[in-house]
Amino acid sequence: MSDGRGAPPRKSPRARSGKLRGDTITLSHGSGGRAMRDLIDDVFVGSFDNPALAPLEDQARFPLAELARSGDRLAFTTDSYVVDPLFFPGGDIGTLAVNGTVNDLAVSGARPLYLTCSMIIEEGFPAAELRRVAASMRAAAETASVAIVTGDTKVVNRGAADKLFINTAGIGVIPADVNISAARARPGDRLLVNGHIGDHGVAILAARDDLALEVPIRSDTQPLAALVQSLLAAGIRVHCLRDATRGGLATVLNEFADSAGVGIRIDESAIPVREAVRGVSELLGLDPLYYANEGVLVAAVPAEDAQAALAAMRAQPAGQHAALIGEVTEGPAGSVIMDTGFGGERIVDMLVGEQLPRIC
Amino acid sequence: MKFIDEFRDPAKAKALVRHINTLVTKIPRPGGRPLQLMEVCGGHTHSIFKYGIAQLLPEAIELVHGPGCPVCVLPMGRVDDCVALAEHPNVIFTTFGDAMRVPGSRKSLLQAKAEGADVRMVYSPMDALALARAHPDREVVFFALGFETTMPSTALTVLQAEAEGIENFSVFCNHITIIPVIKAILDSPDLSLDGFLGPGHVSMVIGSSPYEFIARHYHRPLVIAGFEPIDILQSVWMVVKQLAEGRCEVENQYQRLVPHAGNRVALEAIHRVFELRPWFEWRGLGSIDHSGVRLRESFAHLDAERRFSVPNLKIADPKSCQCGEVLKGVIKPWQCKVFGTACTPETPLGSLMVSSEGACAAVYQYGRIDLAEVVRQREAVAAGRQPVGAGSS
Repeated sequence: MSDGRGAPPRKSPRARSGKLRGDTITLSHGSGGRAMRDLIDDVFVGSFDNPALAPLEDQARFPLAELARSGDRLAFTTDSYVVDPLFFPGGDIGTLAVNGTVNDLAVSGARPLYLTCSMIIEEGFPAAELRRVAASMRAAAETASVAIVTGDTKVVNRGAADKLFINTAGIGVIPADVNISAARARPGDRLLVNGHIGDHGVAILAARDDLALEVPIRSDTQPLAALVQSLLAAGIRVHCLRDATRGGLATVLNEFADSAGVGIRIDESAIPVREAVRGVSELLGLDPLYYANEGVLVAAVPAEDAQAALAAMRAQPAGQHAALIGEVTEGPAGSVIMDTGFGGERIVDMLVGEQLPRIC
Repeated sequence: MKFIDEFRDPAKAKALVRHINTLVTKIPRPGGRPLQLMEVCGGHTHSIFKYGIAQLLPEAIELVHGPGCPVCVLPMGRVDDCVALAEHPNVIFTTFGDAMRVPGSRKSLLQAKAEGADVRMVYSPMDALALARAHPDREVVFFALGFETTMPSTALTVLQAEAEGIENFSVFCNHITIIPVIKAILDSPDLSLDGFLGPGHVSMVIGSSPYEFIARHYHRPLVIAGFEPIDILQSVWMVVKQLAEGRCEVENQYQRLVPHAGNRVALEAIHRVFELRPWFEWRGLGSIDHSGVRLRESFAHLDAERRFSVPNLKIADPKSCQCGEVLKGVIKPWQCKVFGTACTPETPLGSLMVSSEGACAAVYQYGRIDLAEVVRQREAVAAGRQPVGAGSS
């Protein structure tokens, strides 16, 4: 029934423009209600703005045909980020959450395209820090040319999580003729790294208050997709690629040796390590080979392609300090041996647990 | 890197090895037995494996890895005491990192931490004292461990705590002294050592004179050695030179850090704070007289052993463990019955398998051991001991 004055004015379909109120994140921001919507609108949608995310459906949708044009396989990966401290010289948990997943895709030879972003936030977390992390993620995604297309937010009770955890999953497309795998290392292959090892591990170590060390080292967190694509574009027949994150260079080399049933021999003096990283390691009795990296990859390529691979890497910003560090050998299968730069040699094994500083 | 790379120069290493090769031919070796030189300090063991020094030396020289890794010689009962202290509800238990994984009879500190004990890794006892200041409502216990190298920093921290009147700080003292253990090794009936590389960092504190008895009474040469690979090779050369010339002396290769009289200030601090225990238990070596220290009576209130009830039980080493024989150089790590099988870095039975300074872990991690072959040989030896006709499976 009409009162004769016509229908009441209706809102046009709601443009999502909620504003996060307050200085801290509370349980209500994870409740599914308006507070959560405001948080998502303000912090995440605002930062990650892109066409796939904008409709805010429960899932992102993208056309298959478009994906199929750039390759014949999808690469799909996930990783969780729990770094402490959240902010450190060279980056923060947000940069890591984008670059880490981008790199896990990139080392398959894939072009990374889409990322998810799932946040677990401890109540009481400062809103300003959350904005800062989101801004870092946006910047990292832009640099890596990926879009964050869907996400999730949970807020948990104080003590149930440590400040902020982020999970990202990623999808990329692998070109038809690319076949990179740790199992493809062949005797005679040359091994390369794209730059200095250990920067991230030492930056995190130094950023923790308890060490009271001032070290002029920044995390190396960076996307490696462009570097990998440049290797492929240069026609390098890349056999293996892996980013040397947790467990460091030593772990990746052991993975190559194990997967392919080959031996590996590296030359300690050829491995790029910054002076400050060496210094901290000497001081604490730690080994740079085991530090985590966030922008370092290890490649195995046929000997004939080694120089071209080195040149291709060095032409890229992420590969300026690339170096040939060793080669794949017939055996003993599964073992990594390092010439110590001193005339001796030693086995480089996987770590049992985390590296612990030596007492004296 | 300055002051480091000079001591890792391969050309210098080659020259030293050449000199060692020449000298060693001049030393009589009955039955072709290799010369056994013990590096006392775990820091040396670590460097020897890290740089592959043993392979550079001629076969006539064998390096025996001694007891100088404080984590390795810590008896299981003491680890249990640490765990008991750490599990005390109000305690923040602070420790150096490499003691975290040492197995106790029930668990390691790492396991205790996972189960909820407040165990924190520190880099210095002063960090522990800072925690005590920051948490006046908690009891902060520092796990003091190590030879004379780390004793001064514990002593100075105790003196600082005393000066500030900090009441919620205490020290669980497991400091040990190097001379009695060297003497115990020299007195052991199965001794076959020809010379020693003396510990560099310990000597920085105690100087070189406490070693004189080794040369005088036991007629073995000792050279105090630095920790870089060139230091170690030069020290080996110095020991071999003494042997070739029929001398037995205490020499100091590490003169850039070790003064003859040691560090007076450090020694005074040690003396003020610590007193010798009648005896101390060593893993694998048993009880050794006057080989450990505790806080003096005047600092009893800062002594965790007196402040808390600590089980203080003597736990026998696992039977299959041959840590003691390895520590004395009687057998090689891989000759131990459980090396690489029951005892690995993932599941260490003995603490020599835990610390990277421990002989077994170093051999396991850095050595080129064919584990299957080691086990095969061991089994062959064991089978050879069976009485004839006993049959086999």
